[in-house]
Amino acid sequence: MRRAPFSGIGLLLLACLATSPCRSDELKDLYFGEALFYAHQGYFFEALERLDTEVKQHDDLDEPELDTLYYHIDAAEFSLGDFELRYRMHHRAGRAIKAVLEGAVDEVIRNDAAFRLARIHFQKNQMADAMRALERIDGKIPESIRDDIEFLRANIYLAEGRPADAVDALKHLQGSDSFGGFAAYNLGIAYLQDGQQEAALTQLDRAGQIATDDPAELAIRDKSNLVLGTVLLEAGEFDQAVPFLNRVRLDGPFSNQALLSSGWASMSTDNFERAVVPWKILAEREVTDSATQEAMLGLPYAYGKLNVHGRAAIFYGRALDSFSAEVEKLNVSIESIREGKFLQALIREEIRKDKDWVIRLRSLPETPETYYLMELLATHDFQTGLQNYLDLADLRRKLLAWQASFDSFDDMVDIRYDHYEPLLPDVDKQFRELDSRMRLRIEQHKMLVRRRDDLLTTPRPEFLATREEQNVLLRIEQIEAQLNGSDAIVTESLTQRVLRLKGLLAWTLETEYHARLSTFDKNLRGLDQAMAETQEQYDQYVRARQAATHSYVGYEAPITRLRAEARSAVEKIDLLMARQGHLLEVVAIEELIARRGRLESYGDKARFALADSYDRATQSQARRDEP
Amino acid sequence: MSSLIRKLMLLLLVSSPATPIVAQELAGNDMRSLDGQVQEIKSDVLNIASELSVLEERLLYPSNTQVALFVSIAEDETFRLDAVQIEINGELATHHIYSFKELEALQKGGVQRIYTGNVATGDHELSVTMIGKLKNGKEFNESDSFVFAKGVKPRALGITFAGPGSGKSGIHVGDW
Repeated sequence: MRRAPFSGIGLLLLACLATSPCRSDELKDLYFGEALFYAHQGYFFEALERLDTEVKQHDDLDEPELDTLYYHIDAAEFSLGDFELRYRMHHRAGRAIKAVLEGAVDEVIRNDAAFRLARIHFQKNQMADAMRALERIDGKIPESIRDDIEFLRANIYLAEGRPADAVDALKHLQGSDSFGGFAAYNLGIAYLQDGQQEAALTQLDRAGQIATDDPAELAIRDKSNLVLGTVLLEAGEFDQAVPFLNRVRLDGPFSNQALLSSGWASMSTDNFERAVVPWKILAEREVTDSATQEAMLGLPYAYGKLNVHGRAAIFYGRALDSFSAEVEKLNVSIESIREGKFLQALIREEIRKDKDWVIRLRSLPETPETYYLMELLATHDFQTGLQNYLDLADLRRKLLAWQASFDSFDDMVDIRYDHYEPLLPDVDKQFRELDSRMRLRIEQHKMLVRRRDDLLTTPRPEFLATREEQNVLLRIEQIEAQLNGSDAIVTESLTQRVLRLKGLLAWTLETEYHARLSTFDKNLRGLDQAMAETQEQYDQYVRARQAATHSYVGYEAPITRLRAEARSAVEKIDLLMARQGHLLEVVAIEELIARRGRLESYGDKARFALADSYDRATQSQARRDEP
Repeated sequence: MSSLIRKLMLLLLVSSPATPIVAQELAGNDMRSLDGQVQEIKSDVLNIASELSVLEERLLYPSNTQVALFVSIAEDETFRLDAVQIEINGELATHHIYSFKELEALQKGGVQRIYTGNVATGDHELSVTMIGKLKNGKEFNESDSFVFAKGVKPRALGITFAGPGSGKSGIHVGDW
């Protein structure tokens, strides 16, 4: 995964999904993978909802080591922090990571957690806390975040106004694969802030020449050249500034400012022809850009300096037309925003499906209220406010959809209640009968098992006598009892016969004992299986019975509570959206009014210059016409 | 002279009426205050969502009948997954056509829960079909069938796709 480095001294920290398990790590928890699936698509609400639930369930387990999330719990908790940051929940972000940090964890994991916590504090603009978190890093540091830690440390120093310390940290990162271009640029800025002008210029020159094809690094290379050119321009080194400004790519994000500055650098050395080149390019670009607007005035000014007053007049005229058209557009935009159309346009879901929706909004002819959205987004507060407004609109949509689900849940519960309630009394009656029979059989089975176990330790052949043998034994005992009270002569022969019979039976029982015990054991084992199957059916029935009840009992309270919470949340969101929306409109209108004022001033200037150019052109023509 | 003009122009560029600046600062303070409240409501709604999903799962997919199917792409695969169709016991359970974002999320290691449903305890047949395109532009279509047993606990099955060419089936179903 590519790391997203800091974008220079703007100190914008781009959190990335650095905490997801590496692709090479085997994913053992599907639900964690599901959260990542959403996070990788930028759906951080869904990712958070799933991962938060999964982590909570894991924490509630008696034996968490048996859960599949156990293998990823640290990564999952780090991810929670990352997702919260990405979903702009700075207040909550870090909670889970702190838990890791304060737990009894391995040194490497603790250091990783400390780094992530520092990054969160940094993003929350809590520099002292960020530095304290970094100071907790001790011992073995994961190779993958070693450069990240140093880069973060340098940025904290810069934010705290300690450029000399930042210089030391950044020097170590100059060969970094991840931060090469960014560290080079930041080092130049650190030198500048530290007052080391010469070193700063050398470093920015170096940063402005790095070889790369990565779009982010190309942008930072452009920025290095622009800053270097601007520093030289402000120092009055106009000729030296131009080559650096010319290094900035014409299609990069800093090209407008570079073209403008390049023109002024040439003008400052009275090299008017050279100034015309960048300004001519710039004057053809998007007219809402302030650099373009300045170039539209600068270009005819340069022509005037070249004594080409006719052409100057033409370009002043074009600028005037363009400014007038822009003022008109601004008026329409302001009016449209006042009518509430700005907010309506922003929450049009089909537009935001497009990655470049901000740019697209500007080009839609039917939405004049959004022509200047790109320019408004330049301010951090507006960006935060706009993003919050969009997030609130998303939350509102979700809550309204859930409210419809509550009605469906109620219907489902009612239907199940109506279906099961009349059936269950009969079913329960039959079940009670079955249950008592089952219990009896279970007791009988247990008794037989006990008897078998006893026989294994204390052989009792009579216990294995057949029913017929038992009857014979009983009869013999009865005869013996009768003989005890009879005549001695008769008794003697009968007693002998009874003893022979008894002996015969005892012989059979003793000699067949082992065979009978084996048969008994075999039959009992067969019964075990039958009993287990019966028990399974019984359990299945109990589960089905419970499932029937669980399908409609116990939902009323949570549904009622969730419904009330959702309703209350929608009310709060409506209130917040109204306030947030109003603020956005106020800021947007104020900004557009300021722009209009500026353009009107430009227009006045262009009007005077146009007249002056005409005069000069006429005079020049007259001079040429003189014999 | 040129320097004077430039300074005038820069002055024009940076100067704006005082009122908007004050208004913007005030608006900035209000926005920051609102930001805190927005974070609170996000937290509230997340809690509702979490409870709701648990409730929904209990109500719609009781554990004794619940089966959930997850889809992932094997590591280092370069093929483009266009669509997936899944049948359980010969009946269509779900089909899905992948967007670029979804495909990218799968390639980065994300796992998509493609289906959650109910089946009775016992053995069931799972048929999976994937349709995709190889790096060389060749389209492919592969199907395979598996048997899985459903017990009393919720059943989760992970389906992993790999491009054809390894000689083995590109569809692997794992137990979770």
